[in-house]
Order: sequence, then C-alpha cells, then structure tokens
Amino acid sequence: MLNIRAFFELIGNLGIFAWRALRRAFVRPYELLMLWQQIAEVGWKSLPLVVSSGFAVGLVLTLHTRSSLIRFGAESYIPTVQSLSFFSDIGPLIVGLLVAGRVGAGIAAELAGMRVNEEIDAIEVFSIDSFKLLVVPRILACIVAVPILTVFIDAAGLAGGFVAEYAASHISLHLYLARAFSQVGFTTFIPPTLKTAFFGFIIALTASWYGYTATDGSEGVGRAATNSVVLSSLLIIFADVILVKSIFFLFPEGSV
Amino acid sequence: MSEGRVPDIALQKVSKTFANRQVLKSVSFDVTPGEALCVMGRSGTGKSVTLKLIIGLLKPEAGSILIQGRNIVGMSEDELSGTRRQMGFLFQSGALFSQFTLNDNLALPLGRFTNKSKQEIDSMVQMRLEQVGLGKDRYKMPAELSGGMKKRAGLARALILDPHILLADEPTSGLDTVTAREIDDLLLKVREQSKTTMVIVTHNGGGARRLGGRVAVLDKGEMVALGTIQELEKNENELVRALVSEEGCYAH
Repeated sequence: MLNIRAFFELIGNLGIFAWRALRRAFVRPYELLMLWQQIAEVGWKSLPLVVSSGFAVGLVLTLHTRSSLIRFGAESYIPTVQSLSFFSDIGPLIVGLLVAGRVGAGIAAELAGMRVNEEIDAIEVFSIDSFKLLVVPRILACIVAVPILTVFIDAAGLAGGFVAEYAASHISLHLYLARAFSQVGFTTFIPPTLKTAFFGFIIALTASWYGYTATDGSEGVGRAATNSVVLSSLLIIFADVILVKSIFFLFPEGSV
Repeated sequence: MSEGRVPDIALQKVSKTFANRQVLKSVSFDVTPGEALCVMGRSGTGKSVTLKLIIGLLKPEAGSILIQGRNIVGMSEDELSGTRRQMGFLFQSGALFSQFTLNDNLALPLGRFTNKSKQEIDSMVQMRLEQVGLGKDRYKMPAELSGGMKKRAGLARALILDPHILLADEPTSGLDTVTAREIDDLLLKVREQSKTTMVIVTHNGGGARRLGGRVAVLDKGEMVALGTIQELEKNENELVRALVSEEGCYAH
C-alpha cells in the first residue's frame, strides 16, 4: 500500500539532497576530472542505446502515421509529423526513460556498492567531501549529457523515418528533409531539447539519493537500483506534463 | 596512561545507539602516544563503531572523544578535517576505491592535501606499495587483488599521509594464518619505525600478543576489561581469558 507520509518524506529528502548538491556545485574544488569522466560515462556510453532505439522508434512511428495519413491523402505530411512529434516530445521522453534505466540504475548501484563496501567512508576519512566528489559530478554530467543525447535521438528518429518512407515511396533524402524541417522552428526544437536537462537532473538526483543513502548490504544495492529507475521514470513523466505546459505558456506559438 | 603525557586518544563515557539498540554504554579508555591498543570482543559488541567514533564518521549520543586533547564531538567539519588528517584508517574490507588503480588510490590524498610534485607523489606511492609488498601491482585495479592484497593495499593507503594515529578494523580477519601474520608484521614494523599510535580491532589473540600493547575487551557494548595480556589472562571473566588466550594463534 502506498504510504503517503513516506512518499512526502521521500520528496522532502530529495529536495534537501538537491539543495545540498546545488550549494556544493559552486564550491571549490570543482572535480572537473570526475565531471569529464561522468559525461563520458553518461553520454558516450549511452549513445549506441539511444541511437538504435531512436532509429527503431522513428521507423515504427512512420509506419503507423503512414497508414493513418494515407487515408486522408496527406502522406506528404509524414516527414513533418515525424519531425514535430520527435522533436517536441517523443525524443526527449524516450531519452529520459532510457537514461533513467541505463544510467540511473548504474549510478544508484555504483554509489550503493561504494556505501556498502565502506568506500564512501574511506573518502570521508581523508577529509574529502564524498558528496561533492561523487554526487555533484554525476548530477552535472546528466544535466549536460541528456540534452546532447536528445539531439542524437532526434536525428536517429528522422533517419529511421526516412528509411521507412523511402521503402514505401522512394522519397529522396533532400525532399524528406525539406518537408521534415518545413515546420520546425526555435520553439519546436530548442525548449523541448533543453527541458531534458531537467530530466537529467531528476535521473541523477534520484539515483544518487538512493545510492548514497543505501543500507543493508547487497540487498540494498539491488533495491537502490530498482527504486531509482521506478521513481525517476515516474518523476520524468510527471515533470514532462508540467514542462510541456510551461513551454506552451512561455512560447505560445509552439502550441499552435 | 603515563603521567604528564596527553593521550593521543581519550574516550570519556562514550555511548552510542542505533535504532533503539545501545551498542556502546559509557565506554572510557585512553591511548598514549606510540601505544598500540587492541580492542577485542564478540562480533556486534561495538568494536568497529568505536573506531568510527574516534575518526568522527559517527557521533556519540553522550561522552567526549579527545584527540590529542581536543574534543572532536561537536567540532565543525573544517576542524574535524584537520584532526582526521593526523589519522589513518584501515577498513575491514580494505575499502579501496573500486574505480581507481592502486596507484590512484594512494595518490588521491597526496594530490589533495600536499604540495608535492607529480614525481614526488609517484615515488611516495611506490615506496608505500613496496613497503607492503605490492610494488609490482601498482597499476592493478582493486578487483584484481586477493583479500590479503586488498588489506595490504588498504594499509598502504592508510599510511600514505604519514598519520600520527592508525586505526585498523580487523586487519587480519578472513585471512589465512600466514597472510594474517604478514599483516601483523607490517603493523609491528610501522609501529617500530614511525612510533605510530594504534588502535586495532581484532579477534586474533595471537596478533594482540605480538603487538604487545594493552587490550580492551568489549562485551554487549560495555568495556569489561582493560590491561596487558598478562593481566587479562588472570581476569575473572571467562570471556576475557578466552579472547586473549593462545588458542587461535597462528603457528610460530
């Protein structure tokens, strides 16, 4: 049964954890080496998963939209629908959920393992701020890497869409791209892409909190990874609702 | 405690509770400079907690913990950082940073807290690793090491900043008798060469005898005996006599 009090305690703890991370991020030393390693871990190593998933989803999306639009004689809009739907929400949301699964679980398990094996205590013993060394770079890395991954999934989605459309109608790449980008502007691309920085923040924050505060040995490691993926996926979807509404409010032309 | 000498470590009526379970009840002892105090007792009697209280990883509910005369209870993080740098801690598992090579495990604190050049850091890391017999394993990852090697590497890392005080949590647990003896030899060597003050949690009566200092025995969170091995052999408490007995010592 959902324990309402425990849920609000969790949200409160996450808020305190986030505030601590925000304050520590601006205090020396900046742990740039660790930040760079984490950006490589989050971004570079997630790229094959993100690109292959984006390509497959793009392909499937075109197959579905084609069968619908063709009934209305609107198949020429397939590239436009593909790009607008991918850029505005499908790409960002899929990246958020994929990163929550791959990176979020990894961060939670890694930090929980370090907690259980007393590695975090060993860092503290040397008077090194373990929170700043381990948590802050992971949060910053996700904030930076997730929007970049979103650009890649958008491109992969378009590539998948083009392959599906080419197989059906032999459309040229030039024409496909021209139609795909005909309705794409600042408001349909930049704000939805940048909102994924917030997804990255949610993923790293949740995963770091579960990992950094893990208890109960190896069982705790598994629990931290699972809870992290579940909660961060839920928070991403809920946050998306608010962010989409906020983007429409700030950039009304994008909602038309 | 010797008269007129400020103890390096002094616990005064220290109590610690976890989730309504009191693991330490008004424990007091002190350790003079250069002394090696072994802490013994059954599993779960608060021995490791005592070490973590001394280094400030845990805070007591009651009592004072004085490091070289300064009470660390209630100290700010900055003050505690300065005090901690005089201490080395050998964790039971070694607790090596799993993402780093042995070299980086030892170089990390040197790079942070000294102004030494990269060459100086390299030579200090090599010297410490050779001291524990791991000179050739410098660029291995912790996962590539055996249990005994991890403990030796953990000891090298604990000593890398030349601490005045060394805290060791079961340095020989889970090791065969030969490797356990090697670890005890290393601790003895460090103590003789550097006059390092030590608090060693151990189940190994033989190791405690070889280190030759006093022994504190904890039972159910209370200190039931404190004295030399010879004094404790005559203690009326059967548990104390059993813990410090020759039985279980490695073969000489």
